Amino acid sequence: MKQTEGMTLIVKTVTRISVWLVLLYGIYIILHGHLSPGGGFAGGVIIALAFLNVMLAFGRDFIKNWLNIDMLHDIDSSSATMFIAVGILGIAFGGSFLANFIPHGTLFNLVSSGTIQVLNIVIGLKVGMGLFIVVWALVLFHLDQKE
Amino acid sequence: MPVESWLIFLLSFMIVGSIIALEMKDLLSAVISVGVVGLGVSVAFLLVQAPDLAVVQFLFEIFSIIIMVRAFIKKDYHQEAPSKVNKILTGVTLITLIAVFLLSIPLFKLIPTFGEPLMTTSRYYLENGAAETGAANIVSAVILDYRAYDTLGETTVLFTAILGTLTIIRIKKRAKATEEEKS
Repeated sequence: MKQTEGMTLIVKTVTRISVWLVLLYGIYIILHGHLSPGGGFAGGVIIALAFLNVMLAFGRDFIKNWLNIDMLHDIDSSSATMFIAVGILGIAFGGSFLANFIPHGTLFNLVSSGTIQVLNIVIGLKVGMGLFIVVWALVLFHLDQKE
Repeated sequence: MPVESWLIFLLSFMIVGSIIALEMKDLLSAVISVGVVGLGVSVAFLLVQAPDLAVVQFLFEIFSIIIMVRAFIKKDYHQEAPSKVNKILTGVTLITLIAVFLLSIPLFKLIPTFGEPLMTTSRYYLENGAAETGAANIVSAVILDYRAYDTLGETTVLFTAILGTLTIIRIKKRAKATEEEKS
């Protein structure tokens, strides 16, 4: 069999199945940030690790086609803006910057705790995309040096 | 065994690990022993009942090991023998550190025992946190509600770091492109 970029067939097959589970686990950690240990930061790192896993197993060219890196940039920047937007909405509805203006709901429910959950999702997106972009930039740097 | 003796065992393990990381000639072994030290920090967080920090520390350790192995292993580093100035500076630093440590031993008796007495602020968070924010995880409640401004700063730091990395790499690329145009 012709040796293509990336790792062996075994690693590729396992990655093809496990990456979705890892991504799902990251999303679970982000969404349950206000109920269980974890939160936006930890979940974001898990998502970045899932992308990294694909990159290590399948190689750089595959990830360039699989992920739209420019869109990751956009998500990264817009989630940073979203954080401030939530804060400014807090001025409008809650009286102070970053006030918790959404109704809290019942304790221990999945949809509860108002802005905390929104901010968890925003931070999760930001950290996940941002960390992967850093890795991607380092890889590009590596390629530049090799040439 | 009580938690304290486990912690002492872990801390001495981490100190040994970091000394090995410094002294190792092989880069891969050094990176792995750095990773062992980080995992020790993660277990120490678990022992003092901070699962949130333990999770983040554990994940970041994996992440940084992958980055270090991918980015730094292939480059060849030349090893320099320490010069005389270096040796003198190391000695001065060691003596100062040991002196500070010995002088601060009486202060250790003044440190209150772990988690006791409960400070006024933390007592307020524990009593009113769930009712005021509606979040069952008190850590989330503190970092995203009471101290959300800190989190905004942290997000800004991450954003700026990414911007900086990309800018530096883009400058390199642009310089290369202009060189090619000239030649």
